[in-house]
Order: sequence, then structure tokens, then C-alpha cells
Amino acid sequence: MIVLEDVTKTFAGRPAVVNVSLTVAPGTTHVLLGSSGSGKSTILRLVLGLLAPDRGRIVVDGIPVTPAARRELARRVGYVVQEGALYPHLTAAENALLPARAQRWPLARARARLEALATLVGLDPAGLARYPAELSGGQRQRVGLMRALMLDPPVLLLDEPFSALDPITRADLQGELLRIFQELRKTVLLVTHDIREAFLFGTTITLLHEGRVVQHGAFADLARRPADPFVARFLRAQAPPPAMTAQL
Amino acid sequence: MGLRRCPGGTTRRLRWVRALASGALALAGLAALPAPSAASAASPAVRVGSKAFTESYVLAEIVARLVERTGEARVERRFGLGGTGVVWAALTSGEIDVYPEYTGTLSRAILKDPAATSAEALRARLRPLGLVVTDPLGFANTYALAVRRETARRLGLRTISDLRRHPQLRAAFDPGFLEREDGWPGLRRHYGLALADVRIMEHALKYQALASGRVDLVDVFSTDGRLARDDLVLLEDDRRFFPDYAAVLVARAAVPAALPRTWAALERRLVGRLDAGTMQRLNALVDLDGRSFAEAAAAFLGEPAGAAPRRGAARELGRLTLEHLGLVGVSLTVAVLAGVPLGVLAARRRWLGQLELAGVGVLQTVPALALLTFMIPLFGIGPGPALVALCLYALLPIVRNTYVGLVTLDPRLLEMAAAMGLGAWQRWAWVELPLASPTILAGIKTAAVVTVGTATLAAFVGGGGYGTLIVTGLALNDVGTILAGAGPAALMALAIHGLFEALDRLVVPRPLRRATAPRA
Repeated sequence: MIVLEDVTKTFAGRPAVVNVSLTVAPGTTHVLLGSSGSGKSTILRLVLGLLAPDRGRIVVDGIPVTPAARRELARRVGYVVQEGALYPHLTAAENALLPARAQRWPLARARARLEALATLVGLDPAGLARYPAELSGGQRQRVGLMRALMLDPPVLLLDEPFSALDPITRADLQGELLRIFQELRKTVLLVTHDIREAFLFGTTITLLHEGRVVQHGAFADLARRPADPFVARFLRAQAPPPAMTAQL
Repeated sequence: MGLRRCPGGTTRRLRWVRALASGALALAGLAALPAPSAASAASPAVRVGSKAFTESYVLAEIVARLVERTGEARVERRFGLGGTGVVWAALTSGEIDVYPEYTGTLSRAILKDPAATSAEALRARLRPLGLVVTDPLGFANTYALAVRRETARRLGLRTISDLRRHPQLRAAFDPGFLEREDGWPGLRRHYGLALADVRIMEHALKYQALASGRVDLVDVFSTDGRLARDDLVLLEDDRRFFPDYAAVLVARAAVPAALPRTWAALERRLVGRLDAGTMQRLNALVDLDGRSFAEAAAAFLGEPAGAAPRRGAARELGRLTLEHLGLVGVSLTVAVLAGVPLGVLAARRRWLGQLELAGVGVLQTVPALALLTFMIPLFGIGPGPALVALCLYALLPIVRNTYVGLVTLDPRLLEMAAAMGLGAWQRWAWVELPLASPTILAGIKTAAVVTVGTATLAAFVGGGGYGTLIVTGLALNDVGTILAGAGPAALMALAIHGLFEALDRLVVPRPLRRATAPRA
């Protein structure tokens, strides 16, 4: 469960997130949708406790987010970003094991977890010994996902996890992630600017514009009853041309 | 009491220990105390200094032999110190006890009182400093004008004033003489000279040009060994333009006080006993005949030439190599131990970092020889001041590369570490240090290679190492000796570069190694 209550964050006087409230129910996936600069990544950093809000309150899995609670939060929240942000000097296995090392897990337990995760995300065991530079974009993102899932956190935060991938890899990985989220019953907050992704993943969707919530609801609500001309424009801008849909 | 008592064989090692300690002290930012002298009951030593040119070496060796002959004290030779500033600082801080100097240098360059030229005036000025000076030894080393004997005879030239009658004479002056106010510009005004043909020529070429008749008149130093050989005539400075650079010995007052027989022997044998012709001949022995300073000194004293024990060249090179490695190793180690934490601090506290980098940068702009001179009152002469100066020079590349390596880390990787809940120490050891290691190591590598080169300057303050050969070679204008020091220094720089390449493989994680090249 993730709860934001009336959260505001400004950078040097410029508002990045304004009066945002939202709730992600346990086991569901919520999508933060918006163009760049809409404040969606800032919300993830606030939820992680990497940034402190100017106003408002955030609670993750029952724990109020404060700087003091960061280590506790790290055990309950997995974080995946664009291109994986893997450490170039560590192998895939070492990258994925880093959270377990930080928590001083016994090696046997960590290795067993590593193997289970490799199977779960579909990473070839030979890839575990490789350095990030030697992996494909899709493999790197799978390793990033393994690292986020290492401690089996109830909450996952994903910041544009597919944006650096080619279309086929992206579609494959999207399918696998959907399966994994459903299997593991994770509470997921996913940031994207892609309405197709929002449609695929979002149990509920929040559309952000310039740090404010424009509309909140299921995809069908946004499509059929746009709260605001901006919502309609945003959705139309990414819709495939009707002639193309017909030919596909 | 300036004389130090040292137990015979341990002097060098003690100096190193002292140097190490003082280097560490200085970098810890503690008040730099003069290192304690290693006192013992052994016989007193007179430490004889010299500057780094032939005449100074020869005079100092003569002094050293006279002291040894008297038998009152041992001698420590601290020859080849780099210039007036260094040798004067060494004398006033008690690191040497006696060295040959010139009255003009004492009054103009040191006391800044051009009027104090007589021995009495100098004595009065030096007494408050705890120093004594002998009467002139008999020759002066000053600028002079020289012509061929044949020219002098043909034109009846005896004095500089006589030149006024012969404006057709062709002159060649070296660049320094041509520009200095106490050189040609002042001389021309003082005597009202008007030569039609005055050209610039380097020192060594002038003699050839004069001998072959391409020019008629050159500037020289009055004790130059070439004067006697080439049968040249010095024109008398009849209207007293050139300041008097009469040779004297300057010593700490403790020398005549504690060793009266030694001081008396020096005065008896040297004062008024060394005329310009004699000094020219001694200089010629070294500069033109390739004899050693010791042989020239022995010739003057009428001693057998081989008195000084000669070491094998290989052993000598081995000793210099060890000294040089010691200088580089110790200063680099201290610089790394201080520089990496300073770089980390700079990266953590940006405003402090800017201040720190500015400070280290300013240090770098201080000329090496000036920095070495500043160190003498604090750390004496020998390896101590050299180590401190080398440390300070090595700091910049280390601090700056550590800083740059850390502040240019990908912020997304650092954020991810925080998001994963890594503690401060884990973030440092697992993420920041390994990622910055290629840049930090490149900085250390730069510092090491540069230090091998800079360490050759240590010889100017008696710090030993390959520079000893370079300083001697420069004094002798002997390319072979210079290369004997510069060659091994270059080889050592290459070897250290290779060593660091190997270290790269050990320390830097494999996938990061390729990143070293563009950053280094």
C-alpha cells in the first residue's frame, strides 16, 4: 500500500509536485502518466525517501517516509529505472546481490534467491557472470529487475523501465513483467509517458500535468470521460492512426 | 653553537629519519619545528658548503682539505647547493658552517646595501647575525672585458677608458651582460663608449669568435679558466664601474670560537694568497682539462691528487638510485595518504573543495627552487626540505583527480545506492571508490612520474638523488655528467609508469580500465 496525502515539492521556488494525493491498493499496479517535466519521477523519489516533501505525508507499507526510515524502506521497496542503472564494475550477479549484501544475508540464501530470480525474469545463467557492458539492453533491464526483487519487497517502483529498449524487446519484457506482477501480487507504482503502457499495466492511472493531478481513474474513464481538454489531447497524441489500426 | 656532533656512520640515516618525520609533521599542518640535532660525544664536524659552479666547488674543497689537515674537526661536504638563496639560508639556519662567497654578492644580493663593500663594513653588518667573514682571498670574480693580447699590444689597450679611442672594435656580449644595468648599458654610459658593432653571443661561442678574430672584444668573468689558455688580456676597470666581487669565506661565528686553530689555518693559507691568475688556472684544470674539483684543490695545496677516495661508478649510481627512489617513494606515499582524503573532503564539501583546490593550485605555481629555499629554515638542508616540497607538488594531481573522479560519478548510480539502502561506508567502498578508482589512480600515476623529474632538484638543497649528477654536470658544463643523472631519471620515470600500468590491472575493476585513457 502506498499513500500520498496532499504532497507538495518545489525546487528553488519552482513547483515540481503540487498537492498530489493518491493511494495504491496492495497488489495493484498504479501508473503515473505524463509528459516529461510533469513531476512523475519526482513522486517516485519522494516515495523512496530520496527527497523530502515541503508539505504533505507519505506512507509506504505502513511506514511513514522520513530520512530516518530510509534503510527500513529499502527493504520494502524495490526500484527500477531506465536502462537499469547497473554498476559497470560489478557483474550481473554482483549487481543483483548488492541489496542482499547490504542486509548481510548469508551467502547461501543470497545465491539461492539469485537463481530463483534469474529463472523468474528469464535471464540466461551465463549472463549472470557478465558485466553490464557485455549484456543487451533487455538483459540489463532484467538484471535491474532482479536487483529490485532481491529482498522480495512488497512494493515496486519503476521509472520508465522500457523506454530505452527496442520495440520487440520492450513488448517481450512488458509481457513478462505483467505476469510477474500478477504472480507475486506486488504493489506497483509505474511511471511512463506511454499510454499503451498505461493501458497494459494500470489498474488505475493518474495523469499528471505540470506537477498537478489532472485526472485519476481507470483507463476507460480517461478515454471516455476526459476531465479536461488536456487529457483528450494527451491521449489523442499517442493514438495510432485509425487507418493503421484497421490494417493491423 | 652551530656545530653539530654526529656519530660517524649514521648521519645519512638519521637525516632520512628526520626528513621523514619533518615531512609528516609539515603535512599534518603542525608548527614546523627545526629538527633536533643528533648530539653525541663524537668529534665536531665542520660542514662546508658550496654553490653549484666550478669555482665555488674548488674553493670549498680547498677549505675542506685545510680543515681536515688541521685535525681539529671532521668535515662534512655539502657542495653544489642551488644558488645564493639556498646556500645563504643554509648558513643562517646553521645547516652549514662555512662557504666561499663574494663581497659584491654579500652587499648587494644578501644585505641589500651596495655601500657595504669593504671587509670591515661587511664584518660590522654580519656580526649581529652571528656570522664572520675573512679578509679577501686575493681575487675578484667580476664582469670584465677581454681582448686578444695581440690586439692590446697593437692598439695600446690597457684600460676600459682606452676603448673610447677605438669605436671600430667589434664586440660580442652574452645576453645577460647586454641587458643588465650593471652590464653593458651602465658601462657604456659610465665610460661614454660608442662601439659600432655589438652583437649577442652565447658564452661558449664568444671565446671561439674572439680566438678566430671574428670579434675583438668580449665580456668575461675575471677568473674564467679560458682567459689564461687563450692568452687574453683583461682591460682594467680604471673608472671603477664594476662592483667589487672579491672572494671571501663566510662562516658561523662558532667556527673561530670553537675551532680557533682551524680558522687561523684557513686565514693564514687563503687570505691574500689566491690571485686571479691562480684561480683562472684552477678553474681551467676542471673546466678545460676535465680534472675533478678534488684534483684542482689538491693542486693548489700541493697535495697528491688522489687523496680523496673515489667510489666505483656503479656503486655511486646505485647509491643515487636508492636516494632518488627514497625521495620519490616517501614523498609520494605521504602525498597519497594526504591527497586522497583531501580530494574526498573536497568532493563532499564543495565550498571547502574550491578553497582546497585553489590552495593546492597556488602551491604548484611556486617555483620549485623558491619552495625549496623556503623550506631550509624549517627543515634544514638534505632530504628533508626536498621531501616536503615534493609532497606539496605531488598533491595537486592527486587531490584534483580524486575530486574530479568523485564529483563526475553518474548521479543515477549514486541515487540507486541510496535507494537500495546502502550505508555511507558501503556506498563509499562498493560504489564510489571503485568507480572513481581509474581517475584517482591516473592522478597518482601523474604525480609519481612528475615527482621522479622534480626530485632531481633535491640536489640543490643537498637532498641527494640523480640530481647530484645533474647539478655537478651543469657546473662543469659537461653534458656527459648531466646525462648520467638525467638518463637514469628518465628510465626511472618509465619504470614507474610501467609499474602503475600493472597496478591498474590489480586495482581497477576490469570493465572500467578502458575508461582510464581519456581521463588520464
